[in-house]
Amino acid sequence: MFANALTFAQKELRSFFNSPVAYVILTLFLLICGWFFAAGLFLVGQADMRDLFSSIIPIAYLFFIPAITMRLISEEKKSGTLELLVTLPVRDAEIILGKYLATLGLLASALVLSFAYPMTLAWLGDPDGGALVGGYLGLFLMGAGYLAIGLFTSGLTQNQIVAFISGFMLIFVFFMLDKVLVFFPGPVATVLEYLSVSYHFENIARGVVDTRDLIYYLSMIVVFLFLAMRTMESRRWR
Amino acid sequence: MIEVKNLTRNYGPTKAVVSVSFTVNTGEVLGFLGPNGAGKTTTMKVITGFMPPTDGQVLVDNLDVVEQSLEVRRKIGYLPENNPLYHDMNPLEYLTFCQRLRGVPSSEHTPRNRRMVEMCGLSEVLKKDIGELSKGYRQRVGLAQAMVHDPDILILDEPTVGLDPNQIVEIRALIKELGRAKTLILCTHILSEVEVACDRVLIINRGKIAADGTPDSLRAAASGRDRLFVEIRGPADAVRASLEALSGAVRVAAPSDGSGDDVAGRFVIESASGKDLREPVFNLVRDNGWTLLELRREVVRFEDIFRQLTADEMK
Repeated sequence: MFANALTFAQKELRSFFNSPVAYVILTLFLLICGWFFAAGLFLVGQADMRDLFSSIIPIAYLFFIPAITMRLISEEKKSGTLELLVTLPVRDAEIILGKYLATLGLLASALVLSFAYPMTLAWLGDPDGGALVGGYLGLFLMGAGYLAIGLFTSGLTQNQIVAFISGFMLIFVFFMLDKVLVFFPGPVATVLEYLSVSYHFENIARGVVDTRDLIYYLSMIVVFLFLAMRTMESRRWR
Repeated sequence: MIEVKNLTRNYGPTKAVVSVSFTVNTGEVLGFLGPNGAGKTTTMKVITGFMPPTDGQVLVDNLDVVEQSLEVRRKIGYLPENNPLYHDMNPLEYLTFCQRLRGVPSSEHTPRNRRMVEMCGLSEVLKKDIGELSKGYRQRVGLAQAMVHDPDILILDEPTVGLDPNQIVEIRALIKELGRAKTLILCTHILSEVEVACDRVLIINRGKIAADGTPDSLRAAASGRDRLFVEIRGPADAVRASLEALSGAVRVAAPSDGSGDDVAGRFVIESASGKDLREPVFNLVRDNGWTLLELRREVVRFEDIFRQLTADEMK
């Protein structure tokens, strides 16, 4: 059951790290974060991860996350291996879950590698531990939500580029929701704010882990993983 | 063991399979023949659980392919058309991966891998990535994957397509051996394969069954002709006239232009299926003092049966 999901996860991770994909993504991601971290640090003279957390990494996610997910289902469709997978005695849920876990693994490695920055800060100054934990937790959840979206868009097409672009666009919508609030009337704005990723992220980054924020991210993950299952042309739906 | 009842499958407006019904008995080797686009692969995709029927029902071992899909999939080993594989794994990794997904206990992984490597001749390419292998080896890996969990039912969709003649012979021998112990459906448009390996043959055309029976019964039912290829040195017109006069000769054709006396003429004599005219021809040549240079017999070809049944395809 869950064992099958792990088998898939292992296979996908091996695939990521056997190809240039993982290395290119991780390197570029860390280079970009490193640049903005270092530049800001020396200019402002303050032990601050806030910029990194609130703006740099979320924007980086827009590009890197679809890049991670773009081939996950589209490649299987294109090469025909989906036919093989679906005729094995495994549930669709296990296939999707396995792929998703692999992407979480990649996300976790990227974030863990970026611990270099808070460690630098700890050596230079005295950063706020709570804010750091909150920030990373928020980033992880945000990334997890986006990854589910990317997995879904990968299932919509055989073409990786289309998967990337549609993933980018959909994530962008969620990303932008809280930035366009000023254009909407009161009640609509409140709903949109609740739906926006940044809003919940800021809540968690402040160090307060509210169940409403957790539910938000979990719902996003569950909904999009379910939709991703739907894209596999499963036998359940005629 | 497999019952297909009024199976219909549409791709949008296109009717790929139209109310097809047949059974496959346990231990039988069934050849599933048809022109390209006839609906063979679609039928296989429904049986293996890749897609549901639009209408009708398929039962494997009395289990419904849609309702009890997981259990049905456990019983089947499938080699899809185009043999999709993961190019960044090597054969051993791939076979282990498949075994894990099929729930084979880990203690059995190595012995089964070894057996598959032996049966399919993969020992030389074990450490190479599948992406680096030739088509023949990839086909063998695909076959190994289908068999590794020792399923009762094997479904092979065009297993020898694209292979070179040596490889084809090897794979066919393997299939014949497998057919002894398992229920096997062989989907192909290579007729000789079916004649050699199958107990029963189904011919499908444009989504409907055109014929169902053993190779012999189909041959008997078809209105085909036996052919006798002869080369006789003698006066061309006289030779031809005598051949045509032979009892049982339905038609005499000259595949090449035999002109003039004493030039060896080649003829094709068609007779009703089963009528052997070799002795009459020999006697005819001897009695007339001509020279017999070649005498070769060809029974009704499966190809003719196939073409008759799927004739309207190319119109």
